Amino acid sequence: MLLHASGISKRFGGVQALSNVSLTASVGEVMALIGENGAGKSTLVKILTGVYQADEGHIVLAGEPTNFTRPQDATAAGISAIHQEPTVFEDLSVAENIFVGMLPCGGRLGLIDWSEMRRRSRELLAEIGVDIDPATPMRHLGVAERHLLTIAKALSTNAQLFIFDEPTASLSHQEIHHLYGIIERLKRAGKAIVFISHKFDEIFAISDRYTVLRDGFHVEEGRIEETDEAALVRSMVGRTLEQIYPKAAVEIGEIVLEVSGFRHETEFDDISFDLRRGEILGFYGLIGAGRTELMEAIFGLTRPAAGRLLLKGHPLRNSDPADSMAAGLAYVPEDRQHHGAILAMSIRENVALPSLDKLSRGVFLNRAAETDLADRYQKRLTIKASDSEQLVAELSGGNQQKVVVAKWLASDPRIMILDEPTKGIDIGSKAEVHRVIGQLVKGGMSIILVSSELEEVLGIADRIVVMHRGRITGRFQREEATAEVVMSAAAGT
Amino acid sequence: MNKQDTRNTNSARVTSLRRWLASWEAALILLLAAVIVLNSLLSPYFLDWLNLIDSTFSFSEQALIALPMAYLIIAREIDVSVASIVALSAVMMGLAGEAGFGSWAIICTGLLTGLLAGLLNGVIVTALGVHSIVVTIGTLSLYRGIAVAIVRDKALTTFPRDFFVWGRNYIGGVLPVEFAIFLIATIIFGVTLHRTVFGQRIFAIGANPEAAEYSGVRTKRYRIGLFVLTGLISGLAAILLVSRLGSVRLNIATGWELQVITMVVLGGVSIAGGAGTILGVTLAVFLIGWFTFGLSLINVPGIVVNLFVGLMLIGAIAIPSVARALMRFFARSR
Amino acid sequence: MSAAVRWISGQRESALGVVIILLLIVIGLRAPNYLAPANLLNVLINASFLMLLVLGQLIVLLTRGIDLSPASVLAFTGMFLAKLSHAVPETSALVYILLGLLMGTVLGALNGTLVAGAGIPPIIATLGTMTVYRGLIFLLSGGAWISEHEMSVPFKSFPTGVRVVLPNIVWVTIICAFAAWLFLRYTRAGRALYAVGGNPAAARLAGVSIKRAEFLAYCISGAIAGLCGYLWTARFAIAYTQAAEGREFAIIAACVIGGVTITGGKGTVAGVILGALFLSIIESSLPFVRVNPFLQMAISGFVILIAVAVNSRSERSTGRQILPPEAAPEPRETS
Repeated sequence: MLLHASGISKRFGGVQALSNVSLTASVGEVMALIGENGAGKSTLVKILTGVYQADEGHIVLAGEPTNFTRPQDATAAGISAIHQEPTVFEDLSVAENIFVGMLPCGGRLGLIDWSEMRRRSRELLAEIGVDIDPATPMRHLGVAERHLLTIAKALSTNAQLFIFDEPTASLSHQEIHHLYGIIERLKRAGKAIVFISHKFDEIFAISDRYTVLRDGFHVEEGRIEETDEAALVRSMVGRTLEQIYPKAAVEIGEIVLEVSGFRHETEFDDISFDLRRGEILGFYGLIGAGRTELMEAIFGLTRPAAGRLLLKGHPLRNSDPADSMAAGLAYVPEDRQHHGAILAMSIRENVALPSLDKLSRGVFLNRAAETDLADRYQKRLTIKASDSEQLVAELSGGNQQKVVVAKWLASDPRIMILDEPTKGIDIGSKAEVHRVIGQLVKGGMSIILVSSELEEVLGIADRIVVMHRGRITGRFQREEATAEVVMSAAAGT
Repeated sequence: MNKQDTRNTNSARVTSLRRWLASWEAALILLLAAVIVLNSLLSPYFLDWLNLIDSTFSFSEQALIALPMAYLIIAREIDVSVASIVALSAVMMGLAGEAGFGSWAIICTGLLTGLLAGLLNGVIVTALGVHSIVVTIGTLSLYRGIAVAIVRDKALTTFPRDFFVWGRNYIGGVLPVEFAIFLIATIIFGVTLHRTVFGQRIFAIGANPEAAEYSGVRTKRYRIGLFVLTGLISGLAAILLVSRLGSVRLNIATGWELQVITMVVLGGVSIAGGAGTILGVTLAVFLIGWFTFGLSLINVPGIVVNLFVGLMLIGAIAIPSVARALMRFFARSR
Repeated sequence: MSAAVRWISGQRESALGVVIILLLIVIGLRAPNYLAPANLLNVLINASFLMLLVLGQLIVLLTRGIDLSPASVLAFTGMFLAKLSHAVPETSALVYILLGLLMGTVLGALNGTLVAGAGIPPIIATLGTMTVYRGLIFLLSGGAWISEHEMSVPFKSFPTGVRVVLPNIVWVTIICAFAAWLFLRYTRAGRALYAVGGNPAAARLAGVSIKRAEFLAYCISGAIAGLCGYLWTARFAIAYTQAAEGREFAIIAACVIGGVTITGGKGTVAGVILGALFLSIIESSLPFVRVNPFLQMAISGFVILIAVAVNSRSERSTGRQILPPEAAPEPRETS
């Protein structure tokens, strides 16, 4: 056993994030760390990597007790984390990204030895079977390559414990399999691996053991072959799978939106589709397929090279989101923290923002009406907050997402585009969001749901459009959509 | 943890933020009081009511520009070309005066020049997507350069008699027209920023420009609008300045951009955007204005006064941040 | 492949170099005596100040900061050293250089303490120190000027004194530019600046000290400004309170022309040197091209805007490349 963390507790202000949690990881083994968002997984990782210090508990690494006060301590001890969004230096080269903070020096003057850096980079990359020129500027690399780079960097610090935190969110099928191969290599090289994911197929494909956290508590652990998905979900959530993707029957009406000939120089081409009243149109694809870029163009955030929009038969010329809003469109963006909500402002200010003109008395703000609106939606979407004056920054991910949805619902749209609305949200909130979606279409709204989670799309979409590399590669009705055909369309095969 | 606790800690957090902001204004008021006391000790002429009113002539024009500048900085922009816009407007008005235009025509010339200069700033910033400090560094040279090229080493002094009303007259014999304009502007800018949809959107743009855009705020239009407003008010300030001085030379309003920015930042407007009050800016205006006036009464040269204002600026930002760090340090070592 | 990549990133500097050559040709056609060696040398000498100051500003800009105080630091150290030369005429040029560097470093360290230590936004901190240092000059000199006859010969003669073909000041510029290039490319502290400005969060995680990098950057900027203080005052043989007033913006403009981004993490020594050269040539050529000297400022401003526009064009991303260059596969329709 390489890592033995026990009795870990951590409190933030009034919230007990972890209570007496333990985690072990052994050499040559993959330990899956499972739990909903808010279960405490990322807090635990931050403690293991020295970003936070535990209030109580011990971390024993290779038989030695540890006391990390800074991330550098954890790195020096051999713990390395590979996060979902690798933090990199865009303007520096691959080699420099790998060696930042430990640039190799040499010679009598102690100057940086660039050729040594490149040589060692090539070696490290070769160790994981990757062939990238170390002099390539970082910004030319795609997400998958950036992950590989982070792994190479971890190897360069002689990491013994690799913590993978949701690494496959942006990877294609091939890239995921490549990653599995690398993890196998690391196992054989005697490294210990902790793998965090909430994709069950991955968990079952690659892990040897598992640990389940719920609400900051250690619930269960064991060997992966002794359990199954339903049992894991029960441990994680206390609920069964069927309750998560409720699909109500809704009557689908006439065409409300026609998109034809949408084209962008580099992001998408030849996009045409319809949306009907009461319909949930799923847009599936791998991350990077161009769906978000397409939706941003439809919503007026960016300008396509060509394309026509017909709203109930009338042409819609929207040069900015305000025009789209006026026409009854709403867009809940993928990046809720940077694009969706203004974290520094209160719930009330966020919810009221698109609707200020409607709420105002002339040019003057109408705070009472804003508060009223915010309270109404806080209740309707069960947003967990003390009151509408609370800053959005203080809410959990799931509740922040609800604020973003509330803000757009308050603008009374007829068509809503939801871009990855349940990404990174715990299963409980996910179910609530789906329930709300169901209610909305029942009330006559039409929804475009962009999602990279196959179960979600198969679960609630009436029709599925699949995109790959900027083009539509498949259209399926609900009845004929199976995981295989949808996924192969998404992979472009 | 029960709901009551959450509510208490959360409203405590919100009111503590408000409290901090209020405390910046409180600190300014304290400083202002200190300055008044200090200056009245240094010179018997300071506390003379008429002198204090008269002192407003020296800062009313810059103070006017501080108002739209506050809007810009709250919206995460900046305009360092304001002094050059004043110079250009002044020169254009000088030309209009020499061409024999009447007062109102001259005023329109000044306002129009300011408006167009601001418009150019706004258009370049939004069209090129270049940081406003870089663009306005360029227009700073361009506008003053044009002004200098026109006026050269001469002085433009031809203006109709009734033009001097704006910069020199008093309302009711007591309140200078300039100061009255500033007060009215302060009220308008204050109400607009804190009570209207327009103001709320400016805060949103400054707090998170992308999220504001995604939320349907027409950020491009607002940006251009703020630069146009700044240019327009700079033109207004030029009108007051020229009518007060009666003459336009190539070095008119030199260094004003830094004075104005100091007024805004000392007033508690965060350079990172999304926060600030007009009350704070107004207090800072009086703080700097009366401080400068008081020192000038004892013949401290302007450049030394600037030195103290620079120290005030640094102190105003450093002291709270150092105090917070010290508090954190003591809290941790307990 | 890597050579091609490196060539592409070197393009801005070579483009700027080409523009400068074209500029010289155009000027030469209109006013051939501008290209006379004696004049070019003079241009080079006067351009040296800007070329030195942009090195300091580059280092600060890399860390996502900005320094508005170099002109004030320059004027202050110049006044101080001029007084020294008046009081102790036998002092050698080397002492002035070292003292200039030292004083500049101290003044820059003050900036660094405010930014890195107290966490004050750089634009505000240096705005403040800019006016404070300017005021200090007045306190030091009492408003009086120090003119040529009050300065010692060793003081005045160093910058334009010729050693091995080129004047000393040009050598100083070459040495400093080389030192800056070496520092930024071959030392950990230099690379740390790029990391800190490029992605401060990632830099912190990698164990790079942001505060140390920022502090160092402002010290270096101050040191160079102090050195320039001596050289400037000696070359023009005048020390007064308003020396170099207003030049802070020209320094930043030259950096932007040279391809430095305001947001940090990007910029090269070659770029800023060329940017400074470009701006200096434009400014110095105007009298020769018979352009009204009163128009100089307007032209400078116009040029800066053009350079900024060109820069922004080349930096603008056309969106992520999602579409593959080849033809798309057949869509599979079942509805």
